[in-house]
Amino acid sequence: MSGYNFAYLDEDTKRMIRRALLKAVAIPGYQVPFASREMPMPYGWGTGGVQVTAACLLPEDCLKVIDQGADDTTNAVSIRRFFQRTAGVAVTESTRAATIIQTRHRIPETPLTEGQILVYQVPIPEPLRFLEPREPETRRMHALMDYGLMHVKLYEDIARHGAIATSYAYPVTVAGRYVMDPSPIPKFDNPKLSESPALQLFGAGREQRIYAIPPHTRVVSLDFEDYPFEASKAPHACSLCGSAESYLDEVIVDDAGGRMFVCSDTDFCAGRRALAEEDAA
Amino acid sequence: MQGGSVQVGADALAGGFAAPPEEGARVFRALLDAMARPGRVVTLAGAAPPAPASAAAGAALLVLTDRTTRLWLAPSHDTAALRAWVAFHTGAPVVADPAEADFALGDWAGMLPLGRFATGTPEYPDRGATLIVDRAAFAGAPVRLTGPGIAGEARAILPDPAILAARTPQFPQGIDIIWTAGAEAMALPRSTRVEAL
Repeated sequence: MSGYNFAYLDEDTKRMIRRALLKAVAIPGYQVPFASREMPMPYGWGTGGVQVTAACLLPEDCLKVIDQGADDTTNAVSIRRFFQRTAGVAVTESTRAATIIQTRHRIPETPLTEGQILVYQVPIPEPLRFLEPREPETRRMHALMDYGLMHVKLYEDIARHGAIATSYAYPVTVAGRYVMDPSPIPKFDNPKLSESPALQLFGAGREQRIYAIPPHTRVVSLDFEDYPFEASKAPHACSLCGSAESYLDEVIVDDAGGRMFVCSDTDFCAGRRALAEEDAA
Repeated sequence: MQGGSVQVGADALAGGFAAPPEEGARVFRALLDAMARPGRVVTLAGAAPPAPASAAAGAALLVLTDRTTRLWLAPSHDTAALRAWVAFHTGAPVVADPAEADFALGDWAGMLPLGRFATGTPEYPDRGATLIVDRAAFAGAPVRLTGPGIAGEARAILPDPAILAARTPQFPQGIDIIWTAGAEAMALPRSTRVEAL
C-alpha cells in the first residue's frame, strides 16, 4: 500500500467525514451535509459508502463488500480490491467474519452482531426528493416533521394499485423523529433496520450526505392501520439451497423463458449448501 | 498563524500521534463506538497534551479538530501551554465566545451554563457544539440513560443530573458531550435521556 495514505483519504478529509459521522449518530436519521470528495470511481458506484468506510477503517478490520447481496459482482469486487490496495485490510465474503460490511442495496440474511458496522451506499438520501424537488423546502419539512406528503404518496399507491406498491427504498421513521430513506434495499429488509445490535451508517457521495442509525434504535416503516407494512418477497424457495426465508433474485437461465429463483445473499446461500453437503456426507 | 512571535516550548511539539493515520483511526472508532452506545467507556490513547487536558481529550482534539473548526477553551484549560499545543497539532482557531465554538474543551464547571453553546438550527441541527469535558474521574451522581444506542437502559455516574436532564429541550437541536478522564472517554449524544436515580 505504498504511495497511499492509510485508507486512501488524506487525514483532513477523514476528520471532516468523522465529524459528520459523529453528528449523524447523535441525531439518528438526520442527513448531515459533508464535503464529498472525488473518488477513483464514478458517482453511482458507491463513492459515499467508500468514503464512510475509509473514515472508519482500522488496519485490523476485516472487510466484506456486497452488491445486491452478492460478494462476486463487479462493484463489490472492485471496492474490496480498492481497500486491499489502499488500506491493506483483510477481506472476507463471510458475514460472520466481517467487522465492517459495505453494502449496495441489501442487508445480509445472517443476523448482524454487536461490534459490526454496516455501511450503505446511497444514491438519493432525501426520502422526500421525488415529492418535493427543492432542498430548502425538504429541509424545512424535516425541521417541522411535516411528513404528510409522504403519507399522501403511500395513500395514492393504495388508491391506484390496491396496496402500497413501493417495494424498495421504503421510507422509515427513525427513533420517532426523522423520516429516512433506507437506500434502495428491498422492503423485505426493512424489519432488520430496527433494533439491530450493529451500527448502521449511510453515505451518499454525489448528494454529499451522511446519516446513521445507532444500534438498538427503533426504526418503523411507514404504513396505515388498515394497510399495515408488509415485508414481501417472491413466493418461492431458493433453487440452490432451498431456503424459503431469504430474499430471492429471479434469474433468466435460457432463451426459452426458463427462470429460477436464487438467494440474493451469496454468502448465506453458499453456507447453507455447504451445510447440506456436510449433512449428506 | 497570526503575526508576531509565539513562544513555542518543546512540550508543545511533543504529545501528538506517532502514526497519525493508524492511531487516529483507532481513536475515531472508539469515539464512534462511544457515541453509538452512550454510557460505554472507551479508551482514547496516543496523545499527551499539556496539563490539565487529559490524554483522552487530547486524542479527541487530534482526531476531530483542525483549522476549519473553532475551539473554545474553558478557563480551567485556557493555558498558554495548551493553546500552543492546540495551535501546533491541530491549527484550530481558539475563539473567545463559546457561542461561536464547534468544539469546547474544559472542566464541567467551566462549561456551565450550557445555554451559551450553539445548538444548531431546526434545519441544520448538526451545527450544535461538541463539548469535551475533562473530569478528574467519572465522579458524580448515578443516572439512568435511555435512548438510541442503548438496549433497555444504561447506568452512568455523571455530574449535575438535573442540568443534564434538561440539556436538550429542543431536540434535534442540542449539544453533544464527550466526557474524558485519563485515557478513558464516554459520550452523551443529544439523543440520550438522562434521569437521576
